[in-house]
Amino acid sequence: MTVTTDQEHRARPAGGSGSRKLLDTVLKVRELAIGAVLVVMLLATQLDNSDFLSQQGIKDLLLNATILVLVAVGQAMVVITRNVDLSVGSTLGISAFAAGDYLSGGGNPLVAVVLAVLLGAALGAVNGLLVSLGRVPALVVTLGTLYIIRGLDSVWVGSRQITASQLPSGFAGFGHDGLSVIPYLALLTAAVLVCVAYYLRAYRGGRDLYALGSNPEAARLAGVPVRRRILTAYVVCGALAGLAGALYLARFGNVDSGTGTGYELTVVSAVVVGGVAFTGGSGTVYGAALGALLLTSINSVLPSIGVSSVWVQAIDGFLLLLAIAVDRVVALRVADLLRKRAAETRSARHA
Amino acid sequence: MTQAAPETPPVLALEGVSKSFGAVHALRGVSLRLHAGEAHALAGENGAGKSTLIKTLAGVHRPDTGVVLLDGEPVEFHGPADARDAGVAVIYQEPTLFPDLSVAENIFVGRQPRRSFGRVDHRAVRQAAADLFRRLGVALEPDQPARGLSIADQQLVEIAKALSFDARVLVMDEPTAALTGSEVARLFGVVRALREQGAAVLFISHRLDEVFALCQRVTTLRDGALIASEPVDGLTEDDLVRRMVGRDLDELYPKQDAKIGGVALSVRRLTREGVFTDVSFDVRHGEIVGLAGLVGAGRSEVARAVFGVDRWDGGEVEVDGRPLPPGAPSLAMAAGLALVPEDRRAEGLVMDMSIERNINLTGFASTSRAGVMRRGAERSRAVDWAVRLQVKYARLADAVSTLSGGNQQKVVLAKWLATDPGVLIVDEPTRGIDVGTKAEVHRLLSQLAADGVAVLMISSDLPEVLAMADRVLVMHEGRLAADLTRAEATEESVMAAATGRGRSAA
Repeated sequence: MTVTTDQEHRARPAGGSGSRKLLDTVLKVRELAIGAVLVVMLLATQLDNSDFLSQQGIKDLLLNATILVLVAVGQAMVVITRNVDLSVGSTLGISAFAAGDYLSGGGNPLVAVVLAVLLGAALGAVNGLLVSLGRVPALVVTLGTLYIIRGLDSVWVGSRQITASQLPSGFAGFGHDGLSVIPYLALLTAAVLVCVAYYLRAYRGGRDLYALGSNPEAARLAGVPVRRRILTAYVVCGALAGLAGALYLARFGNVDSGTGTGYELTVVSAVVVGGVAFTGGSGTVYGAALGALLLTSINSVLPSIGVSSVWVQAIDGFLLLLAIAVDRVVALRVADLLRKRAAETRSARHA
Repeated sequence: MTQAAPETPPVLALEGVSKSFGAVHALRGVSLRLHAGEAHALAGENGAGKSTLIKTLAGVHRPDTGVVLLDGEPVEFHGPADARDAGVAVIYQEPTLFPDLSVAENIFVGRQPRRSFGRVDHRAVRQAAADLFRRLGVALEPDQPARGLSIADQQLVEIAKALSFDARVLVMDEPTAALTGSEVARLFGVVRALREQGAAVLFISHRLDEVFALCQRVTTLRDGALIASEPVDGLTEDDLVRRMVGRDLDELYPKQDAKIGGVALSVRRLTREGVFTDVSFDVRHGEIVGLAGLVGAGRSEVARAVFGVDRWDGGEVEVDGRPLPPGAPSLAMAAGLALVPEDRRAEGLVMDMSIERNINLTGFASTSRAGVMRRGAERSRAVDWAVRLQVKYARLADAVSTLSGGNQQKVVLAKWLATDPGVLIVDEPTRGIDVGTKAEVHRLLSQLAADGVAVLMISSDLPEVLAMADRVLVMHEGRLAADLTRAEATEESVMAAATGRGRSAA
């Protein structure tokens, strides 16, 4: 910009800084709150059962969380754009079987992982194209692809099964071992998490995802390549579901045509509990990861404090409703505060 | 004045552009030439095609026929990004912000300054936004979220957005509607500086004095067609109004004498925090009360609160002496209140439903027996009102989306008049409808008042308010600034109150 009209006029200290801090705090607190709930829950369980946070216990917690965290990170990217991908469970299942099928024929483990990622990315691209070109609600499109991919999986797999004995031992080892208490799978997941979070924060493509989730029409008018961005989000989401499939194979060694069934709902819960708004435009992948960690930890916590695991689903559901209720209340209060503050600023300015 | 030499081609031009949406011809063979260093005004009534023209320049719409010329060469904008890359900056009438992003990010979406490895330089984004705000002289924090900004502040962010790149063409669609006098003056200072540096400016405003203050040429549209394109020098405001309206104003505003009766609607100290404060007024049977003010002054919000769409924080509303509970539109309807909303497509109609169904949305009580709808009663109710209001339609079963804007508005009116209201609130009743239908709507409102209905008419169309209203209330920034009798209400007195200048005089 080259024009200068009036240099000496300085903007007055704005009344907006208060509301900014307020909102910042709320957003940070949103993730802090989940973290706090998680820590309290784990510590309380440890007090009740001192074996809970043993070396093996921590390792199990992390191993259980990794796969869900990976898929939740991808899902969060899609949800930030005000869309959703329900086909992730099916994608995970078919990718896991593809990798297993290839490995049981004597393939290279690294190639198997790449294969799973590529297959997932391809399925994500199909979703992305359908959603961005077809202008059909993502919920319906991906519900369709959920069944289609699951159907193809069943036809291809039939009654076959991949078992741990068919896999190279190094691959299974990768699924179990780690650096002291931290499994390799968790390290890989953490690396992915940090990369995606950084992309969303520091790159135009990432910022555009927030913009188009916040106000799709404004994004279009601002020249954001809406279709390409949505496609990217779906491809990444699919690729991460594929990667999660490969890790699933490494961890459990057992894959059939039903692998990953119903997983999409757990993933969506994790994302929402983690503070990624279903209405798009807000939330972080760190929040989604924390949500996933929280949900999987409950699975481990309940048995170790002697609560029957039949309660797990009910408690997950309760957490989901609680998370949404908290978000709604906070959003209303913030809107109220901002409205009043804006009025004060305005009247102060014209006084 | 810097007048471009005639031989240099215009920076951006439209030649013979037409654009239709379904049966509606938004633009018919319109040409427009924007020269470097010239501020060009676009005049026309609501619905004359100005917004469509702007969106064609901005790459949002592609013309059905005709061409867009950039530096004299035909060019095809495939989307807003193409137009932006060609140096066209647009400030839209409705702010298009991202509520979840910070103000600074809003300004630079898709164009953020970058540092190594293509990463967004958040600090530079903030700094650049702060610089822009300083130049515009506004007190906005780059880091605050866009959510919760007042309309005026949102508009300022839009202006900052448009100024943030070296635009060769700056298009402004009513940028000043929500701004105060000093903010307008500062904006004009920036625009003049840009123009002197060789930018072409296209300016739209309903405040004609602004057109005369800022622009060198003016192009007038009416019903999608080009009426005139001429230098501003030598024109008067009356000339411009005549070109825009295209007929004598008298026949447009038939006003019958009505017997003013008792108080129908009484609003006392109504407050919704941050939106409007301490609003008190009465509307009597047989009276048309105009509610004027600038966009964002809180007029529609008062109407929404009175009708119960939004809750109020304090105050009272009475209809025919009986208090109305807050936040209950169905009770307001039962008390005889009707609200014809501002945005008929989003709030007034279900666009994909038939004319008959739309009219009967308010009629469940009168067309059903024991909870079961009676098709015959529904049909005759719809036919009755469609004919009374002279809605032009092929079949009652047609979707309302197939009707023209004016006929859609008649359907909304029919929907509410069929409830036999004692108090009718109409919000921008003639926005975006053609002149002929406009006169019909005015005649209808006048007739209703003569029949004893209390009418509260919100309108930004000042001549309409002055001609139709028995009394004019003026709002300024959420407060009632003036209550003028028909004799006191003039263009000057209403605008003075609406812009906050009237306070000392009143």
